[in-house]
Amino acid sequence: MDSQSLYKKYEEILLNYLENRNERALYKAQQFGRKMIEQNISPEEVVSMHVKVLSRTMPNLDKETLDAFDFLLEVMVDYGLAYREHQSLRNKQRQLDSEIEVAANLQQSLLKGDVPDCEFADIGVISQPAKKMSGDYYHFVNDNHNCISVAIADIVGKGIPAAMCMSMIKYTMDSLPEQRMQPGSMLENLNRVVEQNVDPNMFVTMFYGLYDPRVQEFFYSSAGHEPGFFYSAKEDQFTELEAKGLVLGLTRSTKYNEYVKKVHSGDMIVLLTDGVTECRTEKGFIEREEVVSLIRDNMEKPAQEIVDHVFYELEKLQDFDLRDDFTLIVIKF
Amino acid sequence: MRTQSCIKIKNEWNIVQARQLGRDLSKQLGFQTVDQARITTAISELARNIYLYANDGFIKVEPINDMGKLGLKVVSSDKGPGIKDVRKAMEDGYTTSGGLGAGLPGVKRLMDEFKIHSQEGVGTEIVAIKWLR
Repeated sequence: MDSQSLYKKYEEILLNYLENRNERALYKAQQFGRKMIEQNISPEEVVSMHVKVLSRTMPNLDKETLDAFDFLLEVMVDYGLAYREHQSLRNKQRQLDSEIEVAANLQQSLLKGDVPDCEFADIGVISQPAKKMSGDYYHFVNDNHNCISVAIADIVGKGIPAAMCMSMIKYTMDSLPEQRMQPGSMLENLNRVVEQNVDPNMFVTMFYGLYDPRVQEFFYSSAGHEPGFFYSAKEDQFTELEAKGLVLGLTRSTKYNEYVKKVHSGDMIVLLTDGVTECRTEKGFIEREEVVSLIRDNMEKPAQEIVDHVFYELEKLQDFDLRDDFTLIVIKF
Repeated sequence: MRTQSCIKIKNEWNIVQARQLGRDLSKQLGFQTVDQARITTAISELARNIYLYANDGFIKVEPINDMGKLGLKVVSSDKGPGIKDVRKAMEDGYTTSGGLGAGLPGVKRLMDEFKIHSQEGVGTEIVAIKWLR
């Protein structure tokens, strides 16, 4: 609609209102307002249009009233500016959103590590970002000795910076194949890279473990990561997979201890990020025991079903509003 | 009537004078009320910038005729500190977020043409034009 026909339409509905003074006419005004917004008409133009219609259709309107509208128009100029700025920022945001969408897809394809298919263990994984991009990371490698290594990491911080840091971790790990068998030295190498390349107030916690089927032992080290759980079938008990170690990126020459756990058939290893244990509900944070009991209730299911179920239950507890990136891994032996 | 077309901006009162200058000339040239208000607001904003940040500058207003196309040209010139990052200053939400007013993007929107030249430690010159519709 050009400005001439817009003006005509405005005159028509305004006069219609003055004649009938009913809700129907006012409803027309609301619809017209929406149309003007669609056409990027600014508030000061609306005032000016109003004055034009008034002075044309009511020739005996006093000058004072008309002049007062000039005053209003002056006030409206800044509203008009704010309105246009808002529009331009909204466009900018749309553009940013679509860029993030592309980056998030890219990250998903990076993150999508294959979960190894092996005869001695059943593995289930779920990893869900709180926002579009995730600061959680997990990675499995099944080497030619049939060993399975697993890494789970949480970059402190969320969103894009965390995601960028995550891709760096991924490429570093890919380039350290000879350290794969030694969890401690893997973390030591990663620590150096993170310390040198990442902003000082950004930290990464990581748990790295390796299962060797030849000796049926699980070797692991942790860099300040949320402790996982070990389920012993013999004792029918969950215990914490305790491991001490500083977070990655704090000081250059951190050493990481290596721990060993004997694994029997029926045992289970649970690894997670703090997005799992720090689910915030109306009553506060959930307890780690609640996560354990959710797993226990579903223990008989295949590993993937267990993690899916735990995720669903915890998501429900938070009214389907994730506040932190969520990663849960279950390995059943 | 020949009005003084250049105002030195030293205090807030000068901002009002600069506005008046723009208002009178835009009226003379036949701009509609909405555009009069827009030109005046742009001048106001430019003058305020001089008053707040430069303390030594002027606003000049003059008619312009580009091969029959009539318009009003505003020049804002100061020997202030200059703008360090012009691109940033031209970004939406940069100056306005602190409630500083319409800012330079606002001035650009109010006018049809907008040119800025700024050098740190030397000063800033802005030329803005509104064409008669």
